[in-house]
Amino acid sequence: MGLELYLDLLSQPCRAVYLFAKKNGIPFQLRPVELLKGQHVSQEFSQVNSLHRLPTLKDGDFVLSESTAIMIYLSCKYQTADHWYPEDPQARARVLEYLGWHADSIRGTFGVPLWSQVLAPLLGVQVSEEKVERNRTSMKQALGRLEETFLGGRAFVAGQQVTLADLLALEELMQPVALGHDLFEGRPRLAAWRARVEDFLGAQLCQETRGRILSILEQEANKTIPVPPPEAHESMLLRIARIP
Amino acid sequence: MGLELYLDLLSQPCRAVYIFAKKNGIPFQLRPVELRQGGPHLSEAFAQVNPLKKVPALKDGDFTLAESVAILLYLTHKYKVPDHWYPQDLQHTALRRSCLRALWHKVMFPVFLGELVSPELLAATLAELEVNLQALEDKFLQNKAFLAGPHITLADLVAITELMHAVGAGCQVFEGRPKLATWRQRVEAAMGEDLFREAHEVVLKVKDSAPADPTIKQKLMPGVLAMIR
Repeated sequence: MGLELYLDLLSQPCRAVYLFAKKNGIPFQLRPVELLKGQHVSQEFSQVNSLHRLPTLKDGDFVLSESTAIMIYLSCKYQTADHWYPEDPQARARVLEYLGWHADSIRGTFGVPLWSQVLAPLLGVQVSEEKVERNRTSMKQALGRLEETFLGGRAFVAGQQVTLADLLALEELMQPVALGHDLFEGRPRLAAWRARVEDFLGAQLCQETRGRILSILEQEANKTIPVPPPEAHESMLLRIARIP
Repeated sequence: MGLELYLDLLSQPCRAVYIFAKKNGIPFQLRPVELRQGGPHLSEAFAQVNPLKKVPALKDGDFTLAESVAILLYLTHKYKVPDHWYPQDLQHTALRRSCLRALWHKVMFPVFLGELVSPELLAATLAELEVNLQALEDKFLQNKAFLAGPHITLADLVAITELMHAVGAGCQVFEGRPKLATWRQRVEAAMGEDLFREAHEVVLKVKDSAPADPTIKQKLMPGVLAMIR
């Protein structure tokens, strides 16, 4: 069995991994795992990854979680172009520097609108207006920082060329966009960066990757979003409780 | 000017960088930054080193760098550190969050800042810590000597400095977890007990700290307020 990627394209790190593998022509078997159907907590998936986390990579007996680790593994194994994860120590350190900040300030923040607007109501839970407002403020602060510090004088978040950090960053930002928050409006530098990344990836690949998330409001209106089974509730409620 | 490291040993990623540089005999100039002194890390002068105004930060000639994992890997590369230190996976956001919150909820808010933390919030924090510690023991450490296999790596260093934050908070991290306890002994031995003690002195004594001066408290509160919500 060759390379297998367990993904749910509703998830932003999963989309980053998918874009990376596709753009680099890495052959893989897509194993869709639907988080909203609780498939990540199923017996079947537990045998692949007992951490129940997506994305997950399986390469023979080797199983790996965490999007960054997966992309770095793929870049080494398939010798992808150097710009994705540069050999040069300072250039590589810039990628890791961005990823460190991303873990603290982007990850966990930009996913909140999907939870507060769609997923929490699906379980009959209401996220307080106070928390929603706080999240808006956090996103605004992070976007300011992203523009000034990371995109100040650079074409991409970690340097003059596209790296795996750009994929992780942009897919996070697409999450609120799908929920109707135009984060790029009034932020020309951020919008120009998005256009550069998307030009590089190609419109078709972007569309294919984001189809499900970008139609989430439509799916909600048509009531075609699966109602999560009871076994998925615990982890979902925990995620909702963690919204600061 | 050679390598400079801007650190506050009260911070867990700073300790990981400190131990790594010391243990590997990397020459550096220590630039102490004391969060509890009202955050000189927020000053404009420090912004020249790190526009994100966070510690740890590294300055190597004209090259400046933030974020502990980036710094650790940069040092690994530049000083050709034996590659058994290289990590396989340094993602530990959940563990880091719960250890950090444990220290702040149990010690920093009530003792240092004189702020009440609700029993519900404290209980939720400690429950989350339990879950993460159990996952560390059962799913990451398993029956291996170190987190990534038979040799010590950066992953062990990063994890132990996190756990010592919870120890500093007075949590019984290793009790009832024999595998985690023997792992700690192995990690401590690999680092050298003296260096381990030196790096953790500040956090292990933090519960005895005097209350913050009102002006310092005023400066610190906006940055840490989110943690008691």
